[in-house]
Amino acid sequence: MSHPERANPYVSHQFETATQQREASILGMWIFLATEIMFFGGLFLAYTIYYNMYTDAFKEASQHLDVMLGGINTGVLITSSLTMAMAVWAAQTSRQKLLVLFLSLTLVLAFVFLGVKAVEYMHKFHDGLVPGALFTYDSPRRDQVQLFFFIYFVMTGLHGVHILIGIGVIAAILVMAIKGKFHAQYNNPVDVTGLYWHFVDVIWIFLFPLLYLIGRYLPGAH
Amino acid sequence: MSTNVQPHNGGGNPLYTANPDVVDMSNYLRAGHTLRSWLLTVDHKRIGLLYLISITFMFFLGGIFAGLIRLELMTPEGDLVSSSTYNKLFTMHGIVMVFFFLIPSIPAVLGNFLVPLMIGARDMAFPRLNLMSWYVYIIGAIFTMYAIVAGGVDTTWRFYTPYSTSFANTHVMMTALGIFIMGFSSILTGLNFVVTIHRMRAPGMTWFRMPLFLWAMYATSIIQILGTPVVGIAILLVGVERILGVGVFNPDLGGDPILFQHLFWFYSHPAVYIMILPGMGVVSEVITCFSRKQIFGYPFIAVSSLLIAFVGFFVWGHHMFVTGQSPYAGLIFSALSFLVAIPSAIKVFNWTATLYRGSVTFSTPMLYVFGFIGLFTIGGLTGLMLATLGIDMHVHDTYFVVAHFHYVMVGGMLLAYMAALHFWWPKMTGRMYPEGWGRLSALMVFMGFHLTFFPQFILGYLGMPRHYHTYPDEAGYQILHVLSTAGATVLGAGFLLPAIYFAWSFFYGKPAGDNPWLAKGLEWETTSPPPVFNFEKTPIVTEPAYNYSVHGDEVSEGSHVVAP
Repeated sequence: MSHPERANPYVSHQFETATQQREASILGMWIFLATEIMFFGGLFLAYTIYYNMYTDAFKEASQHLDVMLGGINTGVLITSSLTMAMAVWAAQTSRQKLLVLFLSLTLVLAFVFLGVKAVEYMHKFHDGLVPGALFTYDSPRRDQVQLFFFIYFVMTGLHGVHILIGIGVIAAILVMAIKGKFHAQYNNPVDVTGLYWHFVDVIWIFLFPLLYLIGRYLPGAH
Repeated sequence: MSTNVQPHNGGGNPLYTANPDVVDMSNYLRAGHTLRSWLLTVDHKRIGLLYLISITFMFFLGGIFAGLIRLELMTPEGDLVSSSTYNKLFTMHGIVMVFFFLIPSIPAVLGNFLVPLMIGARDMAFPRLNLMSWYVYIIGAIFTMYAIVAGGVDTTWRFYTPYSTSFANTHVMMTALGIFIMGFSSILTGLNFVVTIHRMRAPGMTWFRMPLFLWAMYATSIIQILGTPVVGIAILLVGVERILGVGVFNPDLGGDPILFQHLFWFYSHPAVYIMILPGMGVVSEVITCFSRKQIFGYPFIAVSSLLIAFVGFFVWGHHMFVTGQSPYAGLIFSALSFLVAIPSAIKVFNWTATLYRGSVTFSTPMLYVFGFIGLFTIGGLTGLMLATLGIDMHVHDTYFVVAHFHYVMVGGMLLAYMAALHFWWPKMTGRMYPEGWGRLSALMVFMGFHLTFFPQFILGYLGMPRHYHTYPDEAGYQILHVLSTAGATVLGAGFLLPAIYFAWSFFYGKPAGDNPWLAKGLEWETTSPPPVFNFEKTPIVTEPAYNYSVHGDEVSEGSHVVAP
């Protein structure tokens, strides 16, 4: 029986020390985020190309997005990043109740974001701006505007999927936190979930101006 | 993300301790005999074997498609299959072989088995993620197999738009979904390797003491991590476009079909290096062992792997010389493609220099490696011809291209995979394969391969286009096609042979001992088959890789140790 002796019960069998385990978790999440950047990168490339080909149509289409709702959502997501960061701090300093509180707040804010997003999608649906058979927008630049909304729905949809995955992970972490699994000696899952959540936030920080604000940029120019 | 927080004995895995009568922790093959103990294992060695079984199945499936293609091409008329069936055959041959065999082959089977052993670790950094990536692979394979059984797909493995989005009425969605899912398996495996190599090395195992196989796996993983998501998003867009009927790649609706090709080749050219780099790592291991010499130019081989991975990301446009991309882009992509030849040639020269005045043994893995070097060199040099704008215009989409990439993929990667299987088979199973049959298979594969694919260079040069199931009678193509089909038969038999004797030797082969090749490297210092946690205690590394000079009398007089 060759499994090694270990003093620390929080270290999985493949690791020698808690530090090694922690560094591996964090590096693993950073690499995963690099993958995610390339994943969204393909869409950002498509956006850039079509924006340059059809600048006017994209600006016209962008006018139909609700800057107010998008702005509220930006605020909601940034606030949720703050509460997530506080949760990581609470876990690292063994503040059990605060950890549960901040994770719950993050979860609530994530649901608020999805709720606002759903309202926005509903509006687009009513206005006939969903690409495909339901697209009723009438303009000489119809196809190009449709292209904008195609990219809008794929990018925000994919971002929404990431929010959903985040909700699942945070909920799991919350359950473990309520059971008291995290403290100063062991909090890697909270830490890496925090990294993921900040990434989802950062993606939105790029999406918001690219999709919502380009129509407002230099209004007299076109 | 490791979330395993249970205090553990027996490694924290209840499977290892469930039945103390049966479980033998000193041999990973005997640590649990139930199907459950295999399907829920987190042991990287068992996961490697799960992959071995899965990809072997996919390899023979892809081989059957290839066989049908070769049979059809024996005569100028389309007398075996219809043109639409033929389109499906070469599409499914490509999809199965590329995505479900070549990409996972060495990384998922031997990388999984060897990476922790070679760095002196008990397991991967994320064992459960490792098991999950196998399941993800299987789910992707099931979707693709469903598409095949339901009637196939005919877009070629490249899914070029707008054909795949607006016109094809075969099972594009299912296949695309299968490949999209399988991509995550590739990403997760790469992620696991990078973290494992960064964080799990045994004391004393510095970067420049690592076996070159690990450098190759590291470079491969970087490509998997950064490239795969891009093809994922491209395939996702094809799917959404098919569902909604919107034209992101459809020129009628303002889309740009060439954008798809850019996104596709941004992954699929580096994917060529996902397929060949691990093979290069294997060659470095095998060639030093059977030359009984330290490898020549260790740091150059190590860094050249990273260079290939890096430069490989900037050459994708050479697949698109005739798409109407700007001639200046073509010029730059052509020049960058030439650059890849430099790190590749560095490796070939260093391997050759390693052989110089070594005590060379012609055992099966070494024969396969010799095959690799020769065939890869031919494949690589014809690659330079294709990177030249003028020649590419002439032979684009002909059998010249088909022959070129088969020399790299089959002649290169597949031969390296066979070398690796033979070389580490005693470690994986504790048993020897029959050496005589092994050499025969190496010879058959080498001969059969040349006979299959060399005529295709000539065919392509004479103007035979790819993707056609008929050809004009008077063009003189038939004799070359017949030669090629004859070669494919020999090649097929050459691959069937190892499948049979490996299966036989798994049960009846003669016990191999811990280190039958007297090879260096941590994996050879533990028992065969290794214990569940790989080593009795964590090894401490005190010497450079391939320190064959310590085997005194095994080293030939003339060999000289080159300091790393």
